[in-house]
Amino acid sequence: MGNIAIRIENLSKQYRIGGKVQKYNTFREILMNITKSVIRRLKGGHAYQHEEIWALKDVSFDVPKGEVIGVIGRNGAGKTTLLKILSRITEPTEGSIELYGRVGSLLEVGTGFHPELTGRENIYLNGAILGMKRAEIREKFDEIVNFAEIEKFIDTPVKRYSSGMYVRLAFAVAAHLDPEILLVDEVLAVGDSAFQKKCLGKMGDVAKAGRTVLLVSHNMGFISQLSSRCVWLEGGKIQQFDSTSAVIEGYLKAFDSSEGEAEAFFEEDQGKDFQLLQARLLNYEGIIAKTFSCDEPVIIELLCQVRKNVPGLYGYLQIMRSDGGVVMVSDSHDTVPNPLDELALGRHSLYITIPARSLAPGQYAVYMNFTSRMSSKNFNVDSPGVISSFQLDDYTSLRGNKRGGYFSTLLDWRVGSLPKKNRKIF
Amino acid sequence: MPDTDTSKNVLIIRPPKKWSSINFRELFEYRGLLYFLTWRNIIIKYKQTLLGIAWAVLQPLFMMIIFTIFFGNMAQVPSEGVPYPIFSYAGVLLWTYFSQAVTMSANSVISQTNLVTKIYFPRLLMPVAATASGILDYFIALVILVVMMIIYHVSPGPIMLLLPVLLFWSCVSATGVGMWLSALNVKYRDIRHIIPFLIQLWLFATPVIYPNTLLPEKYRWVISLNPIAGIIEAHRACILGHKPIDWLSLGISICVSSLIFATGLFYFKKMEKTFADII
Repeated sequence: MGNIAIRIENLSKQYRIGGKVQKYNTFREILMNITKSVIRRLKGGHAYQHEEIWALKDVSFDVPKGEVIGVIGRNGAGKTTLLKILSRITEPTEGSIELYGRVGSLLEVGTGFHPELTGRENIYLNGAILGMKRAEIREKFDEIVNFAEIEKFIDTPVKRYSSGMYVRLAFAVAAHLDPEILLVDEVLAVGDSAFQKKCLGKMGDVAKAGRTVLLVSHNMGFISQLSSRCVWLEGGKIQQFDSTSAVIEGYLKAFDSSEGEAEAFFEEDQGKDFQLLQARLLNYEGIIAKTFSCDEPVIIELLCQVRKNVPGLYGYLQIMRSDGGVVMVSDSHDTVPNPLDELALGRHSLYITIPARSLAPGQYAVYMNFTSRMSSKNFNVDSPGVISSFQLDDYTSLRGNKRGGYFSTLLDWRVGSLPKKNRKIF
Repeated sequence: MPDTDTSKNVLIIRPPKKWSSINFRELFEYRGLLYFLTWRNIIIKYKQTLLGIAWAVLQPLFMMIIFTIFFGNMAQVPSEGVPYPIFSYAGVLLWTYFSQAVTMSANSVISQTNLVTKIYFPRLLMPVAATASGILDYFIALVILVVMMIIYHVSPGPIMLLLPVLLFWSCVSATGVGMWLSALNVKYRDIRHIIPFLIQLWLFATPVIYPNTLLPEKYRWVISLNPIAGIIEAHRACILGHKPIDWLSLGISICVSSLIFATGLFYFKKMEKTFADII
């Protein structure tokens, strides 16, 4: 099949609600369900009430060899389900997939890492889990250690590693996987920015080496840097499959018009230790708004639920233009100490303020992610993705909305003397 | 297991058939992972313990001492003319392996949720790696047996060569039970709570602290329906040489073990495809 690496035909996946949403069944629940269904039947109704949802429905597309394809979409659009089927973790209900070449899947970095094992031991274990042969791991061992920059700690149990070291090691093993088809889910949203760049470089190498990559992410920045074309999933179906810039533009625009409300609500998921429940944009007076003047701050209000203490939790924010370009990045470490670390159980309102006169007039989308490098479960504790969008208008400067550029900061122009250090320049 | 075809470097994924056969070729390809999972189980068991691998000896040793005090001395449980300590240790040795293998195996899938939901590999490796990793403990605990054989002047006979065969069958038996329980455990977490009781009850239903000759001869075969009973009884006869091996009871236990193994494999394969969705 010459040039095709992945062929997906009419792929569908059905989940039975109750099977997926409930954590697990117990005999007691089953007994109760049986009793309920008997009563229902006695009343003349249906014996069973299956609620079925299609996480994917009739998805078909081909990925040519050597191409990097991005997959975007909202939470619950079916992105992860698609990757899970492709990596054989779960099975399709209908349709078929043909994969031409050795498949490596990275749904998480550090899968199978054991805190009690040393760095060396974990490299071997994790490598084997990712599908590397022992000889292959031995051969790449030094390269992995170098890439992770942990030479000194290679025989220390990873539970004593700093969170940064842990992530670096985990990614280093994954990055040395040598598949012909690579499936990646959101894993790049970890690590410090220098290491992220290194990872991006490595990913770029992978793409250049003629490998086929399917990259799922909320992060439009990564998607537009790495992939040439993009699939946009919406409600389990393909909404658009086109060049990355066209898809991202369509995606952000659709978000803008469909979620006309300045408030977004998220369904409660008891399985998450920390979760964003509600997001809205406020102005200074605390009034919900979608349109702001460049002279007022944009306040992002996030209502969060803490169900279990997540050590090392931090929030990550991206402000994107409608073409997907990331204009501003921030995380809760910007405030020292990080206010999200060691939050008490219960509900909290979190406010992020984008100062007045910072962003240029235009249309923006707000992307949020909550991550912990010390979380025992997932690096991504809650990934709401694009949560909201807003419009900035410039009424003050001469050029107003035609100002252009990335910033709306009014600069200090003066003739004569050097500005004094202490004088506050607006 | 999805219906896959890896023959021509092309992998085809389709909806699962109702019954999928076991892909032995794939299992063989993943033998490296089985090795690493087993090795990991062994290493983490004794990491950050003061006594380390000595626990493999101490557990059966303490059990033997307690049984000797309560059952051998106080309750005067007969031991077929053999000193009670070595009589019970010859049983406890294999029982310790079996009970720990079953417990670990039964929890193997649910204790590795992140592996199940994030990566593909034949899930069978999990219960199998759990039962395989206990074998080392058995061999370490053999040291005490050798010491006791010297103390009690029990000389090894050629029949002792059967021990590896019996260990193999107890491994088959534990893996069979482990496959059943680990698959059930994914769906019904009640299993996790039942296991400790099950193991305790099972100990009393097995001739570890008493000889099966305690039962009337007419009904002795009933206890052999317990897949490990005949094996443990034969294990003791091998070591002590105090009576001939009861081939009938060993045969029944081996048949029951095989049956549990076959049905367990079948059930595990059937449930395997739903693990990632319901775990």
